[in-house]
Amino acid sequence: MAEETKQAPPPARPPIWNDPVYRALFFQVLVLGGVILGGAYLVNNTLANLERQGIASGFGFLERTAGFSISMTLIEYSEEMSYGRAFFVSLVNTVLVSLVGIVLATILGFIVGIARLSSNWLLARMAAVYIEVLRNIPLLLQIFFWYFAVLRNLPSPRQSVEVFDSFFLNKRGLFSPAPVFEPGFWLIPTAFAVGVVAVIFLARWARKRRDATGQPFHTVYVSLGVLIALPFLAAIVTGFPMTWEYPVLKGFNFKGGSELIPEFVALVFALALYTATFIAEIVRAGIMAVSHGQTEASYALGLRPGPTLRLVVIPQALRVIIPPLTSQYLNLTKNSSLAAAIAYPDVVLVFAGTALMQTGQAVEIIAITMAVYLTISLLISAFMNWYNEKMALVER
Amino acid sequence: MKNSVSVIALAAAAVMFVAAPAGAGTLEEVQKKGFVQCGVSQGVPGFSNPDEKGNWTGIDVDVCRAVAAAVLGDAGKVKFTPLSAKERFTALQSGEIDVLSRNTTWTLVRDTALGLNFAGVNYYDGQGFMVRKDLGIKSAMELAGASVCVNIGTTTELNMADFFRGNSMDYKPVVFEKADEVVAAYDSGRCDVYTTDQSALAAQRIKLKDPKAHVVLPEVISKEPLGPVVRHGDDQWLDIVKWSLYAMLEAEEYGVSSKNVDKVKSGSKNPIHKRLLGVEGDLGKNLGLGKEWAYNIVKQVGNYGESFDRNVGPSTAVGLPRGVNAQWKDGGLQYAMPVR
Ligand SMILES: N[C@@H](CCC(=O)N[C@@H](CS)C(=O)NCC(=O)O)C(=O)O
Repeated sequence: MAEETKQAPPPARPPIWNDPVYRALFFQVLVLGGVILGGAYLVNNTLANLERQGIASGFGFLERTAGFSISMTLIEYSEEMSYGRAFFVSLVNTVLVSLVGIVLATILGFIVGIARLSSNWLLARMAAVYIEVLRNIPLLLQIFFWYFAVLRNLPSPRQSVEVFDSFFLNKRGLFSPAPVFEPGFWLIPTAFAVGVVAVIFLARWARKRRDATGQPFHTVYVSLGVLIALPFLAAIVTGFPMTWEYPVLKGFNFKGGSELIPEFVALVFALALYTATFIAEIVRAGIMAVSHGQTEASYALGLRPGPTLRLVVIPQALRVIIPPLTSQYLNLTKNSSLAAAIAYPDVVLVFAGTALMQTGQAVEIIAITMAVYLTISLLISAFMNWYNEKMALVER
Repeated sequence: MKNSVSVIALAAAAVMFVAAPAGAGTLEEVQKKGFVQCGVSQGVPGFSNPDEKGNWTGIDVDVCRAVAAAVLGDAGKVKFTPLSAKERFTALQSGEIDVLSRNTTWTLVRDTALGLNFAGVNYYDGQGFMVRKDLGIKSAMELAGASVCVNIGTTTELNMADFFRGNSMDYKPVVFEKADEVVAAYDSGRCDVYTTDQSALAAQRIKLKDPKAHVVLPEVISKEPLGPVVRHGDDQWLDIVKWSLYAMLEAEEYGVSSKNVDKVKSGSKNPIHKRLLGVEGDLGKNLGLGKEWAYNIVKQVGNYGESFDRNVGPSTAVGLPRGVNAQWKDGGLQYAMPVR
């Protein structure tokens, strides 16, 4: 046998048009070329049509003065600044509402998902009712509900609800004292950063020791201690270089301090409560996917229910949970564009709204806006894929 | 999901630029399909508003009906597309509608960069402010620091920015896409001020829980000439919309109304009447229309004054005075170019 193969002449190469490798390559090039040509045709045609209809095009508008105000600005902004700047302000608002929404939805979703599996009948029922009700009401309605229901019940600025004379809640938002930093303040965040680095090393060391000796270490408590103590020490050394600016009622409303607008609150509420129902179901499915034998084995080893859930079940469940969780995060981010319905100044409202209307450059602005959502979604996907890989089963 | 829808609509419109045919030929298209597709508001009483049965009325609606009467001989052959301020221009640019008649202000940018043509002015307006009476405010100059509810995609949004910036006052814009949400937010106290065209303030006020608890401040901060709009690139269609509006104005100026139009047509010796109603000469031909184009408008829709009184005049719920919208002869700004 072995000799036969040795002597067999090398297979004759088929003619190039019959070679599967070349054939595949040929068709791929053909398709790619078609797509590029088609795209070029569309772009060219669009430009020609825009020009014929006399509609402005190009990206020069990004440098022109915007002229409008924005109700929530986390980075510096004034009417004199450019459309480009207004774009970034609204981008930050979109990112903020998505991030806060994702964090809250995740926490709530995990709690509700676990509660739904609880042996406590009432708790499990309540979780189920919450999921079934909120999951089945359109999100836009929920946003309107929170916005108008919340607005209607809050007092007007003059009758604000006050807490300690420093927090004020009214129809225009929640006003709270804002920190004012004085020179020397930089030492405190620096101390915190040092703390974070120390904690990372501590966690590594603790894990190594546990792997080697089996001794657990209270990483969480020690880390918390480090993270609080270091900045606190720095604060004492520098003599607390920070004061508070309090909001005061002036004219129509409170001025000074920091402000949380009701649009943000309503949107975050609606997004988090709605998405949490889906996350809860994903968590439940993930936990149920872990075979019961794992739990029993863990009990047999003497672990109590808490550590069993935390150390045995959840880490295994996460592998099932993370991929669908990613798509919920993407949904939440995209759904945040409903912001425009209740005047939350996100990218859609400010950029694809006001700026688009003022400049009339629909093609450019919609393209940028789509690119924004695409980029955010890809970043979230990339992060979750990385996390998923990290959590994946390591075969030993 | 309405906002995602409008984004999709905009994106779709962006795509439609690719496919949209050249602007020319709207007249033939309208004649072929047998109706005029008219973009209107989502409900501004007196201007364009649907009743319970879905019948649209208002002075903006009457412009569309006049065009249908002129082109198709039947003022009823209009289909309406309700549009938010944000959607309206895209709908027109992409060819979804034939004419936009929706309290839309004539500005340079819209007339040029947006690829549109304004066909005239059917209501001269200006922007005003409304506040709650119990605030005790007497002038817009006292509005520093106020939260202002406003519609997105309007000149209102821009004028407001100019006004506050020009007077070195700060303000918080609370910007909605739908007019009804602006009104609801203002009514529930989210804003101190509601600002829009004065005519729309009068119209939307009817929707407030307690219309009497609000006042309109005396300042008028802008010029808002509102009128019908068409696409660039179809001069004939622009002419038709323009002269349909002028025919309504000319009819009022020379005393022709829906009530006396038949009598005038058969009996009047005035050459102006004869030309307008197609008894003498054939002005319609210049527009690509029949002889009776203007007769049909006056007969079926009425003259400008009739439309005004019926929809927004002092005897209606909107209750606007004729003011600057009177005929030029009566000291107003409404002035039809000579129909000859
Ligand atoms: N005339 C201004 C404002 C027009 C406008 O849209 N006003 C709002 C405020 S009342 C409106 O009519 N909305 C009605 C709607 O969205 O249906 C413009 O052309 O930009």
